[in-house]
Amino acid sequence: MSRVDTFHPFARALHWLMSILILTMLFVGAGMVTSVEAKHEWLLSIHRPLGITIFILALIRLGFRLTHKAPPLPADMPEWQRLAAHGSHWMLYGLMIAMPLIGWGMLSAGNFPVTLWSGFQLPPILPAGPALYAWLREAHRYLAWLFFLTFLAHMGAALMHGLIRRDGVLESMTGGSND
Amino acid sequence: MQEPKKRPPPANLAGRWALIGLVVVVVAGAFAYVGGWLTPARLTPKRIINALQASGGDHPGFRRNHAKGICVGGYFEASGALAKYSSSPLFAGGRTPVVGRLALPGGNPYAADSSVPIRSFALRFDLADGEQWRTGMNAMPVFPVSTPQAFYDLTVATSPDPATGKPNPDKAKAFFMSHPETGPFLGWIKTAKPAPSYVDETYQSINAFYLRDASGQRHAVRWKVVPETPATGDGGPAASDTDYLDADLTRRLAQGPVRWHLQMILAAPGDPVDDATKAWPDDRQTIDAGVVVIDSTQPQANGPCRDVNYDPTILPRGIEISGDPIIVARSAAYAVSYLRRTGEEGHLPGTAHPKEDQR
Repeated sequence: MSRVDTFHPFARALHWLMSILILTMLFVGAGMVTSVEAKHEWLLSIHRPLGITIFILALIRLGFRLTHKAPPLPADMPEWQRLAAHGSHWMLYGLMIAMPLIGWGMLSAGNFPVTLWSGFQLPPILPAGPALYAWLREAHRYLAWLFFLTFLAHMGAALMHGLIRRDGVLESMTGGSND
Repeated sequence: MQEPKKRPPPANLAGRWALIGLVVVVVAGAFAYVGGWLTPARLTPKRIINALQASGGDHPGFRRNHAKGICVGGYFEASGALAKYSSSPLFAGGRTPVVGRLALPGGNPYAADSSVPIRSFALRFDLADGEQWRTGMNAMPVFPVSTPQAFYDLTVATSPDPATGKPNPDKAKAFFMSHPETGPFLGWIKTAKPAPSYVDETYQSINAFYLRDASGQRHAVRWKVVPETPATGDGGPAASDTDYLDADLTRRLAQGPVRWHLQMILAAPGDPVDDATKAWPDDRQTIDAGVVVIDSTQPQANGPCRDVNYDPTILPRGIEISGDPIIVARSAAYAVSYLRRTGEEGHLPGTAHPKEDQR
């Protein structure tokens, strides 16, 4: 468990839990804005509390990541891959924290109640204003795209490490052995 | 890992790459499916708003439907009589401020007031605990159609033909022939006349909702706001006057606040709760929930109602949506209209600018 080449079990647990939540969130978001049926409403009612859950978990995870060393990448990884790995990881952290804040801020700017469940609202975090609403709403859309594409690249790279390079990077997060 | 073991290349390298590619393509494909890119025939909120925009014309900054209107302000004073049917503090008693909007259906903000025999009243109740209730009501007894798809088809069938600039009556006729549920609406609109005043109209929720009481019991309802003072009947506007409603409202408010009673109509067992084309019989139990008092008006170009999306799914606890599919479709479509007009208002790149002087 204390091997230096795997992530801490807590980090691994958070990673896999959040991967499910975030992927669910991206699908919920894409589905709710393109449907007019009853599912539009229940997807929306999942979207807000799930977003806040991801936000809180992301803060915990960021705090843990900054205080716990991550296993180093293999020494023989090309420089561009190392850059892509680090860049995409920090991008994912940034999006995990920014997306819920933008969603919350966007509802605040539109003067919508930020209802997590019936009868429970979060307070607004931004003043109401149409231009602010529209900018944040568009940012939410385009950053969701960026999030999904970064996720795809992250997943593809993880599989590449596990299936092609077989260098222990995937196992550092699965906790399994690469031997 | 610091000293990577040199491994031989894995067996079946091409198969491994193909597997990775397959996983990525399947996940991306699932996302594309959920987002509607693989099913262009799917009815999306965007297509509904595109159809309304094609029908009403391009009017940047305005709502895509009910584009012509005026802001009103005031409060709701609860009677307390509804408190045993809904747990919302709104109905317990006391005053709650409202931001309202009186409007004409249709996407043309310059339409003549006499062009349509329907007026609408939207309200946002701002509860003390931060909850809101938003409702959009129309002065008509039933909705023409029961489903979002039929609403879309109706909008397309009655839109101006690009060739002639006028709706094609054959298309409208074909639509109504193939949609018998439009019967009650057509029967009503045949005799409906454009009202000379917003103030004398009774506005109805048309869609049914549920109230939930403190014990968790739910009650199917529709509601209406009924003017307290009966119509004065002092004659309609001059035939040449196309903008008489706003002037009438200002005149009426100069004499004092105008009041409507919010009446909740309780469904009897068997009354249709999910079909807005079917009226309920007149003898249903009705509860006077309180009075909507309107004491001010502002132009919509800079009034407080301008940036309000009167989304009917924004409800306080104690009121819930029913299975009526029109309610959710309204919410989904209003969101698209709201983003378009706030984007235009905020001069986002790629949006048309509102004509500041005309709104």
